[in-house]
Amino acid sequence: MATYILQRLLQSAGVMLAVSVAVFFSVYGIGDPIELLVPPQAGAAERLELIQRLGLDQPAWQQYLTFMGNALHGDLGRSFAHGVPAVGLILSRLPATMELVLLALSLAVLVGVPLGLFAGLDPHGKPARLILACTVVGYSLPNFWKGMMLILLFSVLLGWLPTAERGETVTVLGIRTSLFTADGLRHLVLPALNLAIPNVALVIRLVATGTTDLMTQEFVKYARAKGVRPRRIVGRHVLRNILIPVVTVVGIEFGSLVAFSTVTETVFAWPGMGKLLIQSIYQLDRPVVVAYVMLATFLFISVNLLVDILYAALDPRVKLTGGAA
Amino acid sequence: MCTPMNVPTVAFACLLSIGLSGGSAWSQTLRIALSAEPTAVDPHYHNVTPNNALATHLFSSLVEQDEKQRLQPALAKTWENDGRNRWTFKLRQGVSFSNGAPFTADDVIFTFCRLQRNETKVTASFGRVTANFASVTAVDDHTLAIETLQPEPLLPNYLSDIAILSASIVPHGKITYDLGRECGVTGPWPVVGNFNDGTAAVGTGPYKLKSYVHGSAIDLERNPTYWGEAEPWAAVQLLPVTSTGPRFAGLLAGDYDVIENPAARDLGRIRNDKRFSYIVTPSARAIILQLDVGREKSPAVKAADGRNPLQDVRVRKALSLAIDRDTIIKRLMDGSAEAAYQFMPVGMFGTLPNPAKLTYDPAASRKLLAEAGYPNGFQITVATTNNRYVNDSQIVQAVAQYWAQIGVKTEVDAMPSTIYFPRRAKREFSVALAGFGSTSGETSQFLRVWAATPDEALAIGSANYGGYSSEVFDRLIREAIVTFDDDKRSQLLQKATVTLLDDMAFVPLHFESSIWAFKADLAVTGRTDQFTQAMSVKPKK
Repeated sequence: MATYILQRLLQSAGVMLAVSVAVFFSVYGIGDPIELLVPPQAGAAERLELIQRLGLDQPAWQQYLTFMGNALHGDLGRSFAHGVPAVGLILSRLPATMELVLLALSLAVLVGVPLGLFAGLDPHGKPARLILACTVVGYSLPNFWKGMMLILLFSVLLGWLPTAERGETVTVLGIRTSLFTADGLRHLVLPALNLAIPNVALVIRLVATGTTDLMTQEFVKYARAKGVRPRRIVGRHVLRNILIPVVTVVGIEFGSLVAFSTVTETVFAWPGMGKLLIQSIYQLDRPVVVAYVMLATFLFISVNLLVDILYAALDPRVKLTGGAA
Repeated sequence: MCTPMNVPTVAFACLLSIGLSGGSAWSQTLRIALSAEPTAVDPHYHNVTPNNALATHLFSSLVEQDEKQRLQPALAKTWENDGRNRWTFKLRQGVSFSNGAPFTADDVIFTFCRLQRNETKVTASFGRVTANFASVTAVDDHTLAIETLQPEPLLPNYLSDIAILSASIVPHGKITYDLGRECGVTGPWPVVGNFNDGTAAVGTGPYKLKSYVHGSAIDLERNPTYWGEAEPWAAVQLLPVTSTGPRFAGLLAGDYDVIENPAARDLGRIRNDKRFSYIVTPSARAIILQLDVGREKSPAVKAADGRNPLQDVRVRKALSLAIDRDTIIKRLMDGSAEAAYQFMPVGMFGTLPNPAKLTYDPAASRKLLAEAGYPNGFQITVATTNNRYVNDSQIVQAVAQYWAQIGVKTEVDAMPSTIYFPRRAKREFSVALAGFGSTSGETSQFLRVWAATPDEALAIGSANYGGYSSEVFDRLIREAIVTFDDDKRSQLLQKATVTLLDDMAFVPLHFESSIWAFKADLAVTGRTDQFTQAMSVKPKK
């Protein structure tokens, strides 16, 4: 198990390196941030001064080496636009995104698994067909449109919930969070719902197909023939087998939601990481974009590793050995 | 909080508390949704509109620009010039900073020094003013003498951009304008982070900073020691909501009291709604087509004779005549723009009081093209941003259609500003859409930056991407920028404007209007510099 994890970590370092090259040079290739930062009335001397201060007068490969050198010392650079360290800027946005994603995924699991089980046990019944039809709609509607509709319905027409922004926050264990204030939760509902809807749909479909499939398996038939109560068959045998794909998908979704909830965060003006990424891309704020993608990659790698370890816990047949990776 | 234990009384108490808190919150906290987020609290960090607008809440300058960008006394009560390089500013007495420190000439000198010792700045644009200072001396606590190297008639205009800091934010000995000995400052110079966390955000403005969080709300509270008239709002929240739709929905839902830059097409929704109101104010941001006139060969023009037709003034006039500005404004801009017949709006210093209308006349246009030797037109590509100015790419598409009608085959090359601005600086375009808003409140700023033949020492011509160069124009603008006499300078600038219009190397299209939408019980004053300020918002009487 230890060798397996070590091997995975080594692979991860390679992936991070590859990602850093790809992102660094693609952002470099888009354009020159100087023209976005310097006003047209600025003179050539002023322009040159900034170019030198940001190190943009160096050739691209040298800029990359400087960047990697600093990165190895834990410094991923300063934001061109904000003048503060990029990692600090990104991490200061992390709690806002995290609470959104945790809420959305909890909703996805708490609503998705029971509904999926229900639909999967009687796939031809009217309720099941209704649920499955709804999931198609929930999964295929574009995120920004759904967000606008939620705002229109719950904020503008009904006036129940605020349209955007994070609500009141309190500091818990040194982290500013809005999970523990009434105002904060009110602000969380719509963006979390918007993130949750496609994931609820995804989990329902996953669980429903899995259940239908499992119910025809030999071991379920055998259990039934033995006279095991249906409740126990579902709870003990079916559910446990279904959780494996659910954990995989939720793990992947967790990574991508934390890193790339850009649409929802933009629509709801949520001060999270995704909104920062979009702004930084618009401003060609290379240090932030590169640091962001590196952190996101790191997150994905860690989550995947965690998912693999969870597999082993859920399924005794899975063994984490070095050679199998 | 309001759980129904004793239903009638609790329900009543709940109703009452909602009513009370709602009512008091309304009269106390003003919530403004911004379309662009300020990148820092440091007023000398980056010279861009959102940052500058935020700074005016927290800091004052020696001279202020009012809503029409006219100069008004602020921390300086009066100022005079000896006709050459010496200026004397009489400072306001009895002013104190939000931390209680009294305001004196030392604070101004400290601010000027900090502009030269500003390590985290993005651009040195604020420091350009002080780079021209030979000496700054405090004659007494409330009199300041400035000696410039080059004559600068617009010094008060430029000083209106400079937010005055308090010397009390750094340890210091005696403050003098002597950068060799760090002006008397003994500690480290403040950097952007010191302002963002509030420690250095000490000003004499109408509000003071409560908290600033990147990407989230900026909280301000009334500054009880403000030298001017006290503001009606005890607290102000500035919220960055960059998407237009959600910002407008937030106004409709009652989350925001004021929003900036709603889409003009959305205004129909609140036009007949008694709960809301809006104001459309012409701004000093001109939208202009910059033509590549400086080169024999231009990258995006193809003419049968192989030359660059834009070098012929008849062709340039024909292109202007072919554009129906009124229709573009009516149809594309929903009326929220004003046709431009010169480069800054009428009323701004140095503009023509009655510029000749740039008419739409395709017949005359075709005739001019034929005279110039292009009866069958030529091919051209117009470059534009698609995310920088209001409806930028649609405007250029309309222009392309108008030009097609006179036989000029026009293509549109629209791109995001991240790609557009670097390419424009490399002169890869033949016709480029440009937007320019004057911050000094004078037409000279546009003329010297965009149309003068580049001269690094004089800081002119830095945005002359089209390579326009006219001896007559250069003589006029070079004289104007060192002329102290207002009447004479105004005449010179007007002559320069006429020359530029005759040459038509820049085709003015329109001036953008700024729009603010707000709750109907508020009164909002629109500003030509496009600043969104809590100070422009008052309860309706």
